[in-house]
Amino acid sequence: MTTSPGPTVVDFPLRTPEEPLPLSQYASHREQSGLVRSYLPNGMPIWLVTRHEDVRAVLTHPKISANPDNEGFPNVGATMGVPKQDQIPGWFVGLDSPEHDRFRKVLIPEFTVRRVRDLRPAVERTVDERIDALLAGGNTADLVEDFALPVPSLVISSLLGVPSADRDFFESRTRTLVAIRTSTDEQRATATRELLRYINRLIAIKDKWRGDDLISRLLSTGQLSHEELSGVLLLLLIAGHETTANNIGLGVVTLLSNPEWIGSDRVVEELLRLHSVADMVALRVAVDDVEIAGQRIRRGEGIVPLIAAANHDTEAFGCPHAFNPERTERRHIAFGYGVHQCLGQNLVRVEMEIAYRRLFERIPTLELAVPMDELAFKYDGILFGLHELPVRW
Amino acid sequence: MRVTVDRDQCVGAGQCVLNAPDVFDQDDDGVVVLVTDEPGVQDRDAVRAAGDLCPSRSVTVHED
Ligand code: HEM
Ligand code: SF4
Repeated sequence: MTTSPGPTVVDFPLRTPEEPLPLSQYASHREQSGLVRSYLPNGMPIWLVTRHEDVRAVLTHPKISANPDNEGFPNVGATMGVPKQDQIPGWFVGLDSPEHDRFRKVLIPEFTVRRVRDLRPAVERTVDERIDALLAGGNTADLVEDFALPVPSLVISSLLGVPSADRDFFESRTRTLVAIRTSTDEQRATATRELLRYINRLIAIKDKWRGDDLISRLLSTGQLSHEELSGVLLLLLIAGHETTANNIGLGVVTLLSNPEWIGSDRVVEELLRLHSVADMVALRVAVDDVEIAGQRIRRGEGIVPLIAAANHDTEAFGCPHAFNPERTERRHIAFGYGVHQCLGQNLVRVEMEIAYRRLFERIPTLELAVPMDELAFKYDGILFGLHELPVRW
Repeated sequence: MRVTVDRDQCVGAGQCVLNAPDVFDQDDDGVVVLVTDEPGVQDRDAVRAAGDLCPSRSVTVHED
């Protein structure tokens, strides 16, 4: 054990419209020895983890759990407006090994590098159709509402085998789920119910008439109950929607300010690292006494590893705040680390690459319709992103 | 340099394949398979990167 006088207590990373991703606070926390102690907005004490090395250690520690049913799990949701889906069977991001691995193993074949490569034409078609709609609508748009949000939702619904006729229904309900600011808890609960009902109907249909789609293939494995399968599908839908949308939107802004990089596919990894939209997504709790960075964490104490803090750690990345697609350090953890590392990451890479490429190819005069400092960043949710992105061409 | 993989531990994230496609592949179940266990000189940095990036620590690089 260390002999230091006890941990420094800091405010929970406070997000403001001026600094929606509180990187300057993260930098000062990294300079404290060990870990820093903080309190969630609901008063719960937690450990904040801000160094790249320590975040990786937390996310791979066998005695640190991702299961929200464990006593002491940080409940950011209740105070920050994210619906609680974790009681749904099949919500495997909230299960630990070995229960988690059963789900992951069944899903891996659907998200390999090769399988995702085969999805490229479908992603390209979706992106092009959304750009057609943008161009048909005049010469201004909200790129979040009209492009960044619909693209990932339409891609995932085609992956799941949702009939085209139902994609609008699907998209509008998932939209309600992610609209933390504008939809009420009740509206989100209703949307979740409607989606689950729809998903269950789809499962029943695919069970009778198997096709060449993800749901049919998962059914054919015989590994999941229908109830588990519907939870898995809901997770895919939710996990990949706003995260991808936020990345697309923020990436367009960064590219508009760094136009020399427009058209290069090399920007994707750097945009993922720089924006780290899933900053507070990978929450954990100690299920035994453990030690991280010399700090004893007791069983039942909540842990908040900050992904953006790790991705802006000067020990891991030179000039971390700079957008530098040529950097050689590739160890960003925008998709998390350990057994829960994002299942959809290869799909995201393809979506981002195609979205930027087609957008700037087809609308080369694209520009912001408001000054940079008037952009509405999300400082009130657990994900970092833009509420709106007004553009013109 | 030699490289070994632990197929039981692999979570199929594909970081290895993305970084060193000449050395790693994923089978139909998405689990890592080695294309070669003795990477050529041109692939060595990429293999070291894969060893560091693999989220489930399933890639081990032996520098001998
Ligand atoms: C840029 C977009 C995305 C980002 C930044 C992102 C980020 C993350 C992060 C940080 C985790 C780890 C959570 C934890 O450790 O508790 C995760 C897990 C996950 N993501 Fe993503 N994600 C993105 C897009 C997607 C997409 C498109 C899909 C689905 C098609 C998806 C499906 C999942 C699933 C299923 C998990 C849970 C994996 C497991 O527990 O084994 N994500 N994601
Ligand atoms: S990077 Fe690791 S977990 Fe991912 S496929 Fe390769 S060996 Fe498996």
